[in-house]
Amino acid sequence: MSTEQKNKPRLIVNSESRPYWEGAANGQLLIRKCNSCDKVHYYPRTICPHCFSDDTAFIEASGNGVIYSYSVTRQANPPYVIAYVTIDEGVSMLTNIVDCDVEKVHIGQKVKVSFLETEEGYALPVFTPV
Amino acid sequence: MSINGKAYIAGAYEHPSRISLDKTLPQLHAEIAKGVLEDAGLTKDDVDAYFCAGDAPGLGPINMIEYMGLNNVRHMDSTETGGSSYIVHVNHAAQAIAAGHCNVALITLAGRPVADAKEGKPARFFNPQAPDLPFEMPYRFNVVNMYAMCAMRHMHEYGTTSEQLAWIKVAASHHAQHNEHAKLRNVVTVEDVVNSPMVADPLHRLDCCVVTDGGGGLLVVSPEVAKSLKRPLVKVLGAGEAPKHLAGGHVDLTYSGACWSGPKAFEEAGVRPADIKYASIYDSFTITVLETLEDLGFCEKGKGGAFVSDGNLISGVGKLPFNTDGGGLCNNHPGNRGGITKVIEAARQIRGEAHPKVQVPNCDIALAHGTGGLLGARMGSATLILGSEAA
Ligand SMILES: [Zn+2]
Repeated sequence: MSTEQKNKPRLIVNSESRPYWEGAANGQLLIRKCNSCDKVHYYPRTICPHCFSDDTAFIEASGNGVIYSYSVTRQANPPYVIAYVTIDEGVSMLTNIVDCDVEKVHIGQKVKVSFLETEEGYALPVFTPV
Repeated sequence: MSINGKAYIAGAYEHPSRISLDKTLPQLHAEIAKGVLEDAGLTKDDVDAYFCAGDAPGLGPINMIEYMGLNNVRHMDSTETGGSSYIVHVNHAAQAIAAGHCNVALITLAGRPVADAKEGKPARFFNPQAPDLPFEMPYRFNVVNMYAMCAMRHMHEYGTTSEQLAWIKVAASHHAQHNEHAKLRNVVTVEDVVNSPMVADPLHRLDCCVVTDGGGGLLVVSPEVAKSLKRPLVKVLGAGEAPKHLAGGHVDLTYSGACWSGPKAFEEAGVRPADIKYASIYDSFTITVLETLEDLGFCEKGKGGAFVSDGNLISGVGKLPFNTDGGGLCNNHPGNRGGITKVIEAARQIRGEAHPKVQVPNCDIALAHGTGGLLGARMGSATLILGSEAA
C-alpha cells in the first residue's frame, strides 16, 4: 500500500463501472473487449467505441505496462505522479505512479499494476516501477 | 454551404475588468453586450440571434436573453466546447446568416473566477455523470498536470525544451507591456520563465495563463448589415471545428484537434498558413500554443520548438506575430476560458486598431484558434480565418 495519498481515494461507482472496481478489489486489472471486432478499449464501456457492438465483456489484463507520459504535481504535499501507462494489451490509461522515487520516473519506464484500497471498500488500480 | 464572404465581424469588445468583485455574472454579460453593440453602432433591438456557452448562467441562452431584454431573437445556440466555444459560435453564426436564419448575431463570454474565489463560491465542478470521470478523478488530475503530460511527451518525441516553450511566454509579455488592461505587463525573459516555480513538470508558473474575470463579445452580421455600418470591414473567410479525444485508449498527446479544424478553415478560406499575417492562438499554457502552431501547419510536426524561438512570435520581430494583446498568458483569460479574446484581437488587427506598437502592417488575413477542455484528454478545437474586404 502506498503512503503517498493521505486519505483513501474516493470513487464514482455506477452500474457500468462497478465490475471494474470489484475486479480491482480482487486484485485484477480489467479492461473491456469487444467480441464482435476483437478490439480492447479503455475506459470500459458497454457498447464498443470502435464498432458500436453491444457484445463486449471485461477481460483481465496482464497488469504490465510502460509509462507513455507523466507529470509530477509539485504543489501537492507530498508531490504525486500522474501518468498515462500503455499496458501490454495496447491501450493507455490515466493513473498514478506510486511507491517510487518521483525524481526517477521517466517515459518508457516499465511498470506493473498495484491496488489502493478506496473509501468505498473497492480498490483503485495504480502502477509502480518494476 | 461555404461561409466565405457570407458574414462579417461588425463588433468586437473586451471588458476592461480583470477582477469583477462589484459585478454579477449576468451584469458582466450585459455590459459586454452593450459594449459590443456600441462598437458596431447597432442597438439591442437589431439583435436577432444570441449565442453563449456554459459560462452564461441559466438554461442555455434563455435567461440571458430575458435579462438583457433581447426581444427579436429568432435564432439561438449554446454550444459548449470550453474555451473554443466562441470560435465555434462565430462559425455557427456565419452558417446561420448564410442560410438566412438571422442577420445580427450577438456572442458573449463572461466569468468571475477571481471574484468567486474571494467570495468563497465553489469552483465549477465536473458533471459526475461524465463517462470518463470515474476513471480519471481518483488520480487527482488537474488542468496543469493534464497539459504538462503533453509537454513531457512532446519533449520526449521531438526534443522540445523548456527554453523553447518559454519563448512563447516571452513573446506574449513583449505584447502585453503595451496593453494597459493586461494582467501581467512586465516583459519577461526565457530565464525568468524557466526559473519560475515548477507547477507540474515540465510546466513552470510562467508557462501558465493568468486567471481573470471579465469577458468579451462579438457581433457577427450579414454583408448587408456590415456594409451599412461605419466600422472597418472584417470578413469571415472560413472556419473549422473538431473534437479530439482518447479514442478508446489510443492516446497520443503530441497533437490537438487543430489538425482537423485547421485544414477545414484554410480550405474554406482559400488560403494557406503562409498567407496568415497575424495569428491569435489559444494559450492556456505555452505547450497549447506550440502543438497548435504545428497542427495548423505553420511549421512541421515536432519543429514547433525551433519555430517559436528567438522572438519569431513577436510583432515587428518575427515571422508570425501572435496574441498581440498579450493573450491568455499575460493579458486576459476570462472565466478560465478566454477564446473570444482570440477573435477580438484578430478583428482589431484586421481593422488596423491594435496597439500601434504591435499592429501588423497591412494585416489583410488573420487567424484565431481556440482550444477547449484538456489537451491531455478530450478537447474541442476551432479555427477561424478573417480577412479585410480586399482579402
Ligand atoms: Zn467492437
